[in-house]
Amino acid sequence: MSTVIWDDYLEKLIESWRKEGEPSRTVSYLNRLRANALSRIESLRLPTIRDEEWRFTDISSLRNTLFPRASTASLPGLDSQKSTFLDEPTCRLVFVDGQYMPGLSGLTDDGSIIVCSLSELTGICASKTEQYLGQLADFQDDVFVALNTALMHDGICIVIPANVSITVPVHILYITSGKEVAAYPRCLLVAESEAEVTIVEEYVAWQEGVSLTNAVTEIYVGESARVNHIRVQREASQAFHIANNSTFVAKTAHYDSVNLALGARISRFDQKITLAGEGAECQIDGLALIADRQLADTHTFIDHASPHGRSRQLHKCIVDESAHGVFSGEIMVRPHSQQTDARQLNHNLLLSEKARMDTKPQLEIFADDVKCAHGATVGQLDKESLFYLQSRGFAEEVARNLLTYAFGGEIINRVIVASLRQRLEEYILVRTRIS
Amino acid sequence: MINANSKILLEVHDLHATVSGAEILKGVDITVRSGEIHAIMGLNGSGKSTFAKVLAGHPSYEVTRGTLLFDGQDLSALAPEERARAGIFLAFQYPVEIPGVANNQFLRLAYNTVQGQRGEEELDPLEFDDFVREKMKLLKMNPDFLDRSVNEGFSGGEKKRNEILQMALLEPRLALLDETDSGLDIDALRIVANGVNQLSNKDNALILVTHYQRLLDYIVPDYVHVMEAGRIIRTSGKELAQALETHGYDWIHTNEQITGALP
Repeated sequence: MSTVIWDDYLEKLIESWRKEGEPSRTVSYLNRLRANALSRIESLRLPTIRDEEWRFTDISSLRNTLFPRASTASLPGLDSQKSTFLDEPTCRLVFVDGQYMPGLSGLTDDGSIIVCSLSELTGICASKTEQYLGQLADFQDDVFVALNTALMHDGICIVIPANVSITVPVHILYITSGKEVAAYPRCLLVAESEAEVTIVEEYVAWQEGVSLTNAVTEIYVGESARVNHIRVQREASQAFHIANNSTFVAKTAHYDSVNLALGARISRFDQKITLAGEGAECQIDGLALIADRQLADTHTFIDHASPHGRSRQLHKCIVDESAHGVFSGEIMVRPHSQQTDARQLNHNLLLSEKARMDTKPQLEIFADDVKCAHGATVGQLDKESLFYLQSRGFAEEVARNLLTYAFGGEIINRVIVASLRQRLEEYILVRTRIS
Repeated sequence: MINANSKILLEVHDLHATVSGAEILKGVDITVRSGEIHAIMGLNGSGKSTFAKVLAGHPSYEVTRGTLLFDGQDLSALAPEERARAGIFLAFQYPVEIPGVANNQFLRLAYNTVQGQRGEEELDPLEFDDFVREKMKLLKMNPDFLDRSVNEGFSGGEKKRNEILQMALLEPRLALLDETDSGLDIDALRIVANGVNQLSNKDNALILVTHYQRLLDYIVPDYVHVMEAGRIIRTSGKELAQALETHGYDWIHTNEQITGALP
């Protein structure tokens, strides 16, 4: 295979990485995976707005900075991070600039949850990693997934054994230090049959700065298992955030996700869900709350690959000032996926004249006995609702803010971890200036 | 209760109003004193709901002529929230659903806004919770409705009760009930009417906008007005509602000729 990388940006990136040398691995599979991804990158390039999937999201400014991969991060004081910890007892896993920090992490659990860092894989984590890592998130056509797969310095594998229900949320905190570096965190979650777990992935900034996060999370939801996945992206205001979630949902399993895009200058979230087994279900909700010159792009792909699947999706964007929201929601119903029941809604609220929203719902249905519906709206606040509130004594501005809050609140309410929900409510209250 | 000496709350003279250029109200005259209950009846499209919305300040309607005085103050210059704080309350025919705002939060914010305006004490969430639960008993409402989003997924009857609950909290001086009876079964109608009656006193006034006489069996008006083509064409006592129920709205016209023929 040719070793000429024709995207000069990627070439420089790979070159700088090669100098660092190979990290040691306990599992040779990871080394093979890395080598494959690396050779794949040689025939890929960074997308531009001429690529259909990136036509609204211009990431050319990424080329201005050659983000070196973060070196082993110095340990920030534990106390300074406590404000981002959840109030509930959790299994907490902390990354700083893509490096797993066992010292900041802690498991509050009876020991039934199995967690391994990718650099120290053993036992069931090692075998699950070989089975699934890099199998769910395909890097063949996605340069960012390929980069993550090639450059990930660390990551974690979480296994919930069959029939085990984890009662405390698993809180994965990805902290960006604010240095001009790139973090490539990687997460694999395997919920075996009839297992249950709630996982919170939260991306936060330690301080302001131009940084790049390129994150990949793979989730395997085994037969009749239930995974509730909450994802909160509140990176620094100048940060780039590019992430991919790929989820496999087995027979009669259930996957719920709530995705909140609040921070970053440019964020792109690709979510792919394969309803692989008969009767698999998912509920995918999202909210982007952006202002200033932020761009938040959410691409979802729900693949009904088996009969009797059910999917529900509600995605909302609140776009203020000169911000730009993008939503592309594709639902594929494959030929044999009869009795599929899919519903997708996308509602967008533009709060200023300069705010912009591009939305592209796509249903591709190849089965004939299915129930599919979708709808998208882009608009301002509802006049009747405004009048209703004003007629109860609310000043117009307060009424507007309350309705904006309510618009987002519908998604926030779906966050089932109480202290996180409360924190998000407060955040959105401040953003909508009600409090 | 009619008392010629009581204070005039609302004085409307020759009121004309348009919506998107079309004139709906074409010269409405009505005077309402405190303590009085007025019913405005009429067919669909007669302008009765428009009249209620114009009083509350709905932005889609434009007042093009006439005067609109509330407690001597010109209403047409006031925003809807200023009218609400001055003591006007509109119970909506179709209450708006607001997903994402908890009913108790909404009720408390509304209550505190109006209380603050009156220089009265505002309530914190705990105090308000006790207060509102007491008010809900009046309408036999399940306290679960506090935790749900405003009107979201409420049945027609539940929405109407929630409107009257707001009236009970805000204690308006003039309440406009726009088709509050529509969509209510007989039990719910009785409960709502009973609640309204308990809120009615000598210092406030009610205007009931209704198509049917049914509501007036429970909330007995002092005056019944008939509206047609944007004007009040007949005003009488409560017996007018009964006559309309028996004879239909057309009867007004035949009856007009007969009374017109009398000396």
